[in-house]
Amino acid sequence: MTTSWTETSPTALAERLRAGRDAGRRFAGLYATAVDASHLRLTALMATPGGGIDAVDALAPAARYPALTPRLPAAFWYERVIHDLFGTIPDGHPRLDPLILPLPDDATRPRPGGAPCPAALDPDDHVLARRVLGTGLCTIPHGPVRSGVMESVEYLVETPGEDIPHLQIRPYYKHRGVEKRFEGLDLAGGLLVAERVEGVATVAHALAYAHAVEALCGVPVPPAAGLIRVLHAELERIANHLDVVLRLCDAAGLGVAVARFGWHKERILRLVGRLCGSRFGRGVVIPGGVSGPPRLSHTALGAELDRIRAALDPDLRLLLVTSSFLDRLRGTGPLPPARADEHGALGPVGRASGCRDDDRVSRGYDAYPLLGPAMVDDVDTGDALARLRVRVREIDESFRLIRAAADRLDTTGPLAAPCTPDDGRGIGWAEAAQGEVLYAVHVTGGRITRCAPRSASFHNLALFGEVFTGDILTDFPFVEASFGLSIAGVAL
Amino acid sequence: MMWLLRGLRNGVLTTRYPARPDPYQNSFPAAVAVTDAGRQPDAEQVADGCPTGAIQAAPDGRLFVDRGRCILCGACVRARPDLFAWQPGAATATAHRGTLVVPESTETDESLAALRAALAARVRRLRRSVHVRHVDAGSDGSDEWEVNALFNPVYDVARLGIFLTASPRHADLLLVTGAGARGMTEPLRRTLDAMPRPIVVIAAGTDAISGGLFAGSYATLPGVGDTLPVDVWAPGNPASPFTLLHAILLALGRAPTDAGVRR
Repeated sequence: MTTSWTETSPTALAERLRAGRDAGRRFAGLYATAVDASHLRLTALMATPGGGIDAVDALAPAARYPALTPRLPAAFWYERVIHDLFGTIPDGHPRLDPLILPLPDDATRPRPGGAPCPAALDPDDHVLARRVLGTGLCTIPHGPVRSGVMESVEYLVETPGEDIPHLQIRPYYKHRGVEKRFEGLDLAGGLLVAERVEGVATVAHALAYAHAVEALCGVPVPPAAGLIRVLHAELERIANHLDVVLRLCDAAGLGVAVARFGWHKERILRLVGRLCGSRFGRGVVIPGGVSGPPRLSHTALGAELDRIRAALDPDLRLLLVTSSFLDRLRGTGPLPPARADEHGALGPVGRASGCRDDDRVSRGYDAYPLLGPAMVDDVDTGDALARLRVRVREIDESFRLIRAAADRLDTTGPLAAPCTPDDGRGIGWAEAAQGEVLYAVHVTGGRITRCAPRSASFHNLALFGEVFTGDILTDFPFVEASFGLSIAGVAL
Repeated sequence: MMWLLRGLRNGVLTTRYPARPDPYQNSFPAAVAVTDAGRQPDAEQVADGCPTGAIQAAPDGRLFVDRGRCILCGACVRARPDLFAWQPGAATATAHRGTLVVPESTETDESLAALRAALAARVRRLRRSVHVRHVDAGSDGSDEWEVNALFNPVYDVARLGIFLTASPRHADLLLVTGAGARGMTEPLRRTLDAMPRPIVVIAAGTDAISGGLFAGSYATLPGVGDTLPVDVWAPGNPASPFTLLHAILLALGRAPTDAGVRR
């Protein structure tokens, strides 16, 4: 599937995207690239149902441009990030609070794609808005140091005591300057960074990055490599979905279930480690193919999968009839289908609210068209329980795909095609456990000049503050776990 | 009731480590070793091939690997199998930053022994019951999975008197992951201030030790060593659960020694 690139003016961009949106396309992302000291290029990504992902460019002045958010609410967070990274003001943006990098002035910014940035930029929390209004209303800060072993993020829960009328999300604490880090690296170096953008979705990020680079090379990936990629991507999906199940059980205080699912997840990670040497599948995917065959025989892999399923399936079945658990999830954190569609919610969060999109099915890659993955397309209640049901069924389907991929695998041929990219820009995508991961990679002379990763965590976290209608403080951990997001992929 | 029975179904799943070695410890590559300690004419060139600068060339041409910077990408093992090799075994944590440089560290045995003795004196009262507070200072998310794994039934560190605590006021041991994001400097410092003395600090993972791949970014410090008084360094990207457990036991003076297993 190829990506089309078109050009428009910054004043026409919002209308253009809105028209595409009204024609049934999904807003998939927006990033900017510094062109020179006084200009930047905005690139919006639109996904066509059942088709590829197309890019629309607009050259804008570096100082300000007309904001997209008033016409396209899904761009809300994206424009805040553009302001954080470039100091550019989107005119008419409803609330341009810092998101991933609060800085006191607009002049000194990292400006990805442009000249090297200052050696150090310290976030300044004085520029953040703190507003609490109303009788008896108070703000409870959750984080940045959370209770339990979690990634650092601050949720400001504004509450009169029990309800959660408003939630502010501050992921900037763990901003690592990822986008700037890619610049100047060769393709192998870029892959190492991509694997660490969102470490729990290592394989999906490596795949989306590799797909973007392969789009510039024009070489097909060997069929065996496509199968090995599916094998690892699906194992990663199972591990991530089990992590969500585990955290939901933990929130409900189901001690035995926490222990059981912790054990199942550990077995999956160990299996991945035995297959490739890394418990997170690092080093498997390389641009052009994979780095080597699985280190386990077909029989050994099949036997281990059988053992894991024999223990896991009864636990999942029991969980789905444990009423004290289901009662906590039913109706909790509802994301209405209309809102999910408007925002273009991704992954299990989107599919639980009726968004029928899955990159493995809609815009298949590697061995997926061959294996025919099934998409969960009959859930639309949009609550935490729906998100759990989607994940449980995806675990089942992942086991089938792994089996099918392993059965067809013949590693006698080459496992990687030589990959020498032409200069230019490539777009790549992959379906992580969290949802669609997108990479835009600009290459000149074999070196990366700009790389903009867009994780599903970033896109979906923007919805997280909106789903507490009717929920109370004690529902917070359930809703958070049911989104299943990684902050590393948000703060970049 | 159903869950109670389910909990009994598979018997004891827990490792015997540290009382006995666990076979899984040695079944995956945990570090890079230098197999040729001799002088290499192209040492500088070999060192340049490392994406994080973990390979260092001495002026006389000998090669060293700084495990505190190594992200286990394996580029060196693939390019020069005559010089580098994977090394299994999870006992890679050390109580001194310098000893992460292999094959030999510049530290003398006496100074290391003094360091260990000072640490042992500090943690004497914590030995049998220690409460851990974890803080993420800019990780990629995988480090948290490995820390969480310590509390699953396979590792079950509660059997060793190691517990997780939500409040820094109850914590004895600060376990820090992540590359030292500048935004986390102040929260880290405040967490440390809130902890009662004595404190043990563990830098968990290559990112926390040196910044890893993100060292030199405008948004991170090179690891957490400048912000916190780190006692134990646990390499790995991320550090595996066995490495983390080894690091905690090392901090408490309870790590299994070569001479014999001690608890």
